[in-house]
Amino acid sequence: MARKSHVQTTINGETVEFLCESRQSLLEVLRDELYLTGAKEGCNNGNCGACSVILDGRLVNSCLVLGVETEGRSVETIEGLAEPDKLHPIQDAFLENAALQCGICTPGFIMSAKALLDSNPNPTEHEIRYWLAGNLCRCTGYDKIVKAVMDAAQETSA
Amino acid sequence: MQDFSYVSAQTVSEAVSLLDENGEKARILAGGTDLIVQVREARRDVGLMIDVKSIPEVNVLDYDDDAGLTLGAAVECYKIYAVDAICNAYPGLIDATKIIGGTAIQGRAGVGGNLCNASPAADCIPPLIVLGATCVIAGPNGERELPVEHFCTGPGQTALEKGEMLVSLKIPAPASNSSSFYLRFIPRNEMDIAVVGAGASVTLDAAKQTIVSARIALAAVAPTPLFAEEASELLAGREVSDAAIDEAAQAAQAIARPISDMRGTAEQRTHLVGVLTRRALNGAIQRI
Amino acid sequence: MAEKKEYKVIGTRPIRHDGVDKVTGRALYGADFQMTGLLHGRVLRSPHAHARIVSIDTSRAEAYPGVKGVVTAQDLPEAEDRVADLGEGAVNLKYLCDNILASDKVLYTGHAVAAVAATSPHIAEEACKLIDVEYEVLPPVMEVRQAMEADAPLLHENLKTTSMGETAEEPSNVASHIQHKLGDPDKGFAEADIVVERDFVTGTVHQGYIEPHNATAHFNQDGQLTIWCSTQGAFTVREQVAEILQYPISKIKVVPMEIGGGFGGKISVYIKPVAAMLAKKTGKPVKVLMSRSDVFEGTGPTPASYIRVKMGATKEGKITAAEAYLAFEAGAYPGSPVGPGAMCIFAPYSIENLVIDGYDVVVNKPKTAPYRAPGAPNAAFGSETVLDEIAEELGIDPLEIRLLNGAKEGDRRADGPVHPRIGFIETVETAKAHPHYTAPNGKKHHGRGVASGYWFNIGLESSVTINVNADGTINLVEGSTDIGGTRSSIAMQAAEVLGIPAESVNPSVVDTNSVGYTAVTGGSRTTYATGYAAYEAAQDVKRKMITRAAKLWEVDEDNVQFADGEFSCINGKEEQISFRDLCGRLGQTGGPVVGSGTVNPGGAGGAYATHIVDVVVDEETGKVDILRYTAVQDAGKAIHPSYVEGQIQGGAVQGIGWALNEEYIYNDEGTMTNASFLDYRMPTCLDLPMIDAVIVEVPNPGHPYGVRGVGEVPIVPPMAAIANAIYDAIGIRMTELPMSPDRLLKAMGKI
Repeated sequence: MARKSHVQTTINGETVEFLCESRQSLLEVLRDELYLTGAKEGCNNGNCGACSVILDGRLVNSCLVLGVETEGRSVETIEGLAEPDKLHPIQDAFLENAALQCGICTPGFIMSAKALLDSNPNPTEHEIRYWLAGNLCRCTGYDKIVKAVMDAAQETSA
Repeated sequence: MQDFSYVSAQTVSEAVSLLDENGEKARILAGGTDLIVQVREARRDVGLMIDVKSIPEVNVLDYDDDAGLTLGAAVECYKIYAVDAICNAYPGLIDATKIIGGTAIQGRAGVGGNLCNASPAADCIPPLIVLGATCVIAGPNGERELPVEHFCTGPGQTALEKGEMLVSLKIPAPASNSSSFYLRFIPRNEMDIAVVGAGASVTLDAAKQTIVSARIALAAVAPTPLFAEEASELLAGREVSDAAIDEAAQAAQAIARPISDMRGTAEQRTHLVGVLTRRALNGAIQRI
Repeated sequence: MAEKKEYKVIGTRPIRHDGVDKVTGRALYGADFQMTGLLHGRVLRSPHAHARIVSIDTSRAEAYPGVKGVVTAQDLPEAEDRVADLGEGAVNLKYLCDNILASDKVLYTGHAVAAVAATSPHIAEEACKLIDVEYEVLPPVMEVRQAMEADAPLLHENLKTTSMGETAEEPSNVASHIQHKLGDPDKGFAEADIVVERDFVTGTVHQGYIEPHNATAHFNQDGQLTIWCSTQGAFTVREQVAEILQYPISKIKVVPMEIGGGFGGKISVYIKPVAAMLAKKTGKPVKVLMSRSDVFEGTGPTPASYIRVKMGATKEGKITAAEAYLAFEAGAYPGSPVGPGAMCIFAPYSIENLVIDGYDVVVNKPKTAPYRAPGAPNAAFGSETVLDEIAEELGIDPLEIRLLNGAKEGDRRADGPVHPRIGFIETVETAKAHPHYTAPNGKKHHGRGVASGYWFNIGLESSVTINVNADGTINLVEGSTDIGGTRSSIAMQAAEVLGIPAESVNPSVVDTNSVGYTAVTGGSRTTYATGYAAYEAAQDVKRKMITRAAKLWEVDEDNVQFADGEFSCINGKEEQISFRDLCGRLGQTGGPVVGSGTVNPGGAGGAYATHIVDVVVDEETGKVDILRYTAVQDAGKAIHPSYVEGQIQGGAVQGIGWALNEEYIYNDEGTMTNASFLDYRMPTCLDLPMIDAVIVEVPNPGHPYGVRGVGEVPIVPPMAAIANAIYDAIGIRMTELPMSPDRLLKAMGKI
């Protein structure tokens, strides 16, 4: 049987320890070991963005990071975004704009949008579309998602 | 997915020893955006992944107007295009770093990894070739340097010998009145692999009328990215003109040996070499 | 019945009820399900497109550490060669079972052959590699016209063509031939001043839902089987699993988890029976997840097709006759959507003389599954392109020719039904007046195209129960899995009846033990039919509440009236009580109030759409970019306009993908070479402009609020609209999908 390693990392601001096999991705660790199932598997090869998380402040596909690589690092997931009594403005904007249908891509889009607005608080429509091109949505045609991110940008930079 | 071991190497010599001891089944893990997928899809048999991201030498990102750029092999794309001086000096390389994968991929993937993956369609390799990059390679017998156009030897195959790893890339400082450009053709606007890629660097005379020298390189039209040497050389000394650029584009087409696959047909690729070479040359010239 | 009315809830845009769960990552989809003692399953798939299975040896896999069980078709009950109706039409049970796990032959690359349950997904996957299957490889048949040839290799030795009631003597890959005919086509073509005839080819495309299929199954010691899964219909899963496993439906409970897209592709079962078989074999709960390549290679895409369309018109633009030949690839087993294709082609128009022939043909590709208006987009690509050519030849505006020939109430569809009140003309008129259509369009290599589309929509069974809460809210229980905000569109219809805000309804989608039979979320039926059931359940609540008010006031029920959320006494007493306050007094007036509604409505009412698109063509590379897109659609009545717009935008964009890049690419051995999101090339947001969705409301007389299904028709026009725009840009008629850059380069003579 495959050996497991002990890993200590920070997830959504909390120190977390887990055991994982080298071949388990960060996505698998989040979902199967830590029960943080907000990040989704859509393709498992970095082409859909449903598993997007923020690693040390940078957007990554968690299916393309090994769990063992996160030793000593910091991971932000969709579960850490809202405050106990208040949604993040991007989450609010997605609801107000009806920017989701089935919702499977939504956590990935929201994390991707957060990484965008963290680095560029006032993006143009083109910049939003370029940044989000790694996140696939098959339901919405992206129209309302792009509008939601534009709205959230106004809200957060105001 | 097959089981494998993982080691986070702390020094170049540690990584080199591990590579040497474990042979073919050991692979360097940098961004992992290709390697992890290849192992997951059983396209590469790996028993040991050696994570090099803690090694200082592979994280160097150092630009100097005279000495040029030293680019550690594990530096992620997003760090490269965040440095204005590098963007100004090597716009052709920046073109490539901004179109590899999507934003999330660029958070992990780097130029060094793109090179070591040795895909014929790698976006970073044509710009490295036209910018005259040199590979700094460490191995059991010490360090050696290799011009980047000799690094790839076949699809997924490199000139790295047993126990060797890419440490960094050195790119000379750009000449005055020079610039570079890279573009690829893909059916969508992002997230695709190049059907054809073309990079060009051009140096003009002070009057910006005559081409002093040029370099052209191509992706996805042969088993490795190609340096279009003849096409490059015939531009030297020529006046900037559509005729000269067309000639170079035709010479580039002549060396393309593309295949037909799910990303494009051989005829389409040969045609695109001409189109993209012209666009790359014009793009580089316009930036000067 | 349905008239223009002022509504309080309908037509507003409340936050969807499941919204917070879905933006916080809390919503549980099928793959998110966890359970103590869970094993993980993985399916071994055929590497060959067509082969006989000589032997399967699972012993090495069974011996691999961590493996708890392996199943093959040998573990399935013997399947009879009989036909069962499983909610989406009749299916042959032998074919159904063979598609779950191949017994004698594999008929496509990706065909499931065996499955392993193990303590981790990685172990299960590694163990699959240790299953030794010996194949006798046979030549594959990969294209519909090739499959129809007399000497083509046969997929099924027993398959014989049925043609209008007759069955042929000799076996064939052609499963069936259908024909619809109106009037005298020969006479109609003789009357025409212009006749245009063209051939069309469309590629195999996938629904492309982002969530792969998943299923977790557990057998209790008492024989109760529970399946947690993503599906478009929990009840059809129950029926299909019961038939495949020959197990009573009373012992099966299907729990629909949140679903990450379906578009028709999550109606057929694939791994759900396999999870159940592995659970039976191991005595443990087993979760089976598909990979993305499993989804592409092992689940039903929508068919490739060969289509020939001929239309004739007078020089004034009146269509005198039309003819269509539709040959659809069914995939490995019969059952392509050629039937719906034949029903929908020409349905936007009133044409006296028509003949439509349809062929259902098996080929060595995955068995096709529904995909958004199945069959209609293929057909419309042909008919809407030919109509554009006729308009152009005659010098008539393409929207004008649609107005001239547009179908209206009372016109007959080719396959028989007479249209009730429909809104086709209104979509064309709205498009014609839209600023997009009147905007200048003269730049080099820029082009504008239009096309229309039709989808008939369906009704089918739905059940809703409403439990009234003491605080004036209601809990609404339904069985339609919510793929695009239907919890809200259903809840809003109940809220409208009861005069309460949308937020006062708590909708829940529940398992097959907890609500009455409800057909699939498909056919654009959910807001229509389950909404109808919610309306009926709310009416039931209203009647019961009137009884309570009457009891409270000690008057006759006839003396109680309900309007704007208030009960009042209309005779004698000056009594009034709000819905909310009466809810607080149910205990003292007889106990809880529960309302129920069940429907199987027949008046679904067809949906029409007319799209306008502007493109630019890079003549050096053959690449087409979408510059502007407007989609006009008759929604009957938009319950929640934001989600109606969302359906229109999403459907249009799937159509854009189908038009420009999406297709299954096969190598010579019949194996798909682009089974990943990298190379299948669905549109990203960088490939698109904003999609202007324009809702037209021509109420459907078959629904109390006038609702028409909206989900499917928006994918019908885009392919033809884009082809027509490309023609406008570069003067070349594209007749093959996708209109990818290499095909454009070829058409332009550049390669």
